[in-house]
Amino acid sequence: MKNGKTALVRVEGVKKYFPIHSGILRREIGAVKAVDGVSFEIYEGETLGLVGESGGGKSTLGRTILQLHKPTEGIIYFEGQDLGSLSKDELRRTRARMQIIFQDPYSSLNPRMTVEAIVSEPLAVHKVGNADQRRARVDELLDRVGLNPDFANRFPHEFSGGQRQRIGVARALALNPSFIVADEPISALDVSIQAQVVNLLEDLQDSLNLTYLFIAHDLSMVRHICDRVAVMYLGKIVELGPTEEIYNNPQHPYTQALLSAVPVPDPSVEQRRQRIILKGEVPNPADPPVGCNFNTRCPVAFDPCFVEDPELKELLPLHHISCYYAENELVGNT
Amino acid sequence: MNAVNGISYSLHDGETMGIVGESGCGKSVHALSIMRLIPMPPGKIVAGQVFYQRRDLLQASDDEMRKVRGGEIAMIFQDPMTSLNPVMTIGRQITEAVELHLGLKGKAATNRAIEMLEMVGIPEPAQRVKSYPHEFSGGMRQRAMIAMALSTEPTILIADEPTTALDVTIQAQIVDLVTRLRDTLEMSMIWITHDLGVVAGLADRVQVMYAGFLVERASVKEIYANPRHPYTLGLLNSLPRVDRRKTHKRLNPIPGRPPDLLDLPPGCPFVSRCPFAIERCLEENPQLERIADAHEIACWVDVRSAPTHEAGVVFLS
Repeated sequence: MKNGKTALVRVEGVKKYFPIHSGILRREIGAVKAVDGVSFEIYEGETLGLVGESGGGKSTLGRTILQLHKPTEGIIYFEGQDLGSLSKDELRRTRARMQIIFQDPYSSLNPRMTVEAIVSEPLAVHKVGNADQRRARVDELLDRVGLNPDFANRFPHEFSGGQRQRIGVARALALNPSFIVADEPISALDVSIQAQVVNLLEDLQDSLNLTYLFIAHDLSMVRHICDRVAVMYLGKIVELGPTEEIYNNPQHPYTQALLSAVPVPDPSVEQRRQRIILKGEVPNPADPPVGCNFNTRCPVAFDPCFVEDPELKELLPLHHISCYYAENELVGNT
Repeated sequence: MNAVNGISYSLHDGETMGIVGESGCGKSVHALSIMRLIPMPPGKIVAGQVFYQRRDLLQASDDEMRKVRGGEIAMIFQDPMTSLNPVMTIGRQITEAVELHLGLKGKAATNRAIEMLEMVGIPEPAQRVKSYPHEFSGGMRQRAMIAMALSTEPTILIADEPTTALDVTIQAQIVDLVTRLRDTLEMSMIWITHDLGVVAGLADRVQVMYAGFLVERASVKEIYANPRHPYTLGLLNSLPRVDRRKTHKRLNPIPGRPPDLLDLPPGCPFVSRCPFAIERCLEENPQLERIADAHEIACWVDVRSAPTHEAGVVFLS
């Protein structure tokens, strides 16, 4: 318990490295540090947004939490249990309560299975109910996500992108999960359809008391849907805090640049906005810079930033920042 | 299938026209038609004219067209690999264009390529001209493609979703770069996108397309401050904004989805999703008409005063 909230998921010092092999002997010559030491909690019933640029490690982190990747280091607790300590069988049972919704509703549904087979597959795998009960459950789930249960015998190609994403949501809900990783669930959808799917996810959260890790790069949508936001850069969380605090009072120079770069659909605002244009691009995660990962693009980097990586610290109430410059400004002793 | 239907507009000297629409609305097809890049067959431009400096490009000979394409009118795309040749160095691809269109040769052409790479912010341009596209990152390829497109000093640049695949900080870099180059080179620009945000910052006028039709056109200020087509209004109302606190618990989406272009309704293509629709919308497709200074819409109702109802329901008289 912290601030009266219960942590459903607790991530402690998690790293995920992917080895790079080379030569005839496929010797390991290095590693892509996709996730490089992150710790945070996801509270019951909240939506935690995970934002940052591609290559920052957001999806890898989401998948590592679900144990779809085995972490290289660190511990992930779900409902108080260390997922790494569970046997295969126990993990399978626990996984029923943690699910994922994928970005691409085209490749994430098997084109040769009917909607009914897709949505009931998790039930079959976990041996829930008999055939009749499963069919009834599929109808209920389709209805819940706003699809006509009469379409259960159709195939994915007969549906639009938004409808397919609803099928993916129905499948994720089949086993009554408490936690869902939504990995860019609306990025592949058309603008006019995105709001429909976001409303669905919010309605489901309210009625089923779901907890979301919402991975996204659309920062406007994140402000709408998330309670707290974690900003990731090159495998690390650089800033974490309540959504309104992060958007109104961003402290990390990367968060500031990221927010300033998002275009606003209002020409009068666009004219007045000061955009922070970052130099260069995200460095190679196999060869991150010495010191702070952001020092190659940071407009305010100074000496300590090139020596050691800053820690994520609660520099403002509930607002965690990993930056020497911000620490200097806010606390004044580095 | 009619991907684009009866679109007319003029692009003024030095003007940037934003064209906004969802996938499948015909915004890219219309641009490819201007450049005569629609594969024929199966594609066909059934009717229309594209005037560029008083010449009809749709009637121009292939030779003439080759001079215009990539010379006077250049195009950049979402995926730079559609315009970059993977087995040719970046430098060679630019020199090829300037040899053809500007008549530069040898050292002069190479220098032009280096100058262009420098202009778009590629570090060490003299070395990078010898690189192949795969040696560049996504953002760098986008820059190289822009360098190639602008190397011939075009008068018009058509940009088809050039920043859609990019991260937002890289998008900001590219938008900043292109608008600066537009101003220095005094180009006109057509910027095609689904992102109402990007267009707000760089266009002078905006046209909104839906299911192959132009549904609204106005100055950039007017269209955002005073959207008058129900589709434009619906899109703007459905978008959460990064600069605003959440005001409503739920978003306000446009219900339903775009019509099948193979099976368009006889009336207005937006009728099934429109909360303002009246009986007339079912039968007659409205034409683009002027409703105010520099503001045109294709709609039978006035969204400022018309009663609303659940979309998909039309009250018959």
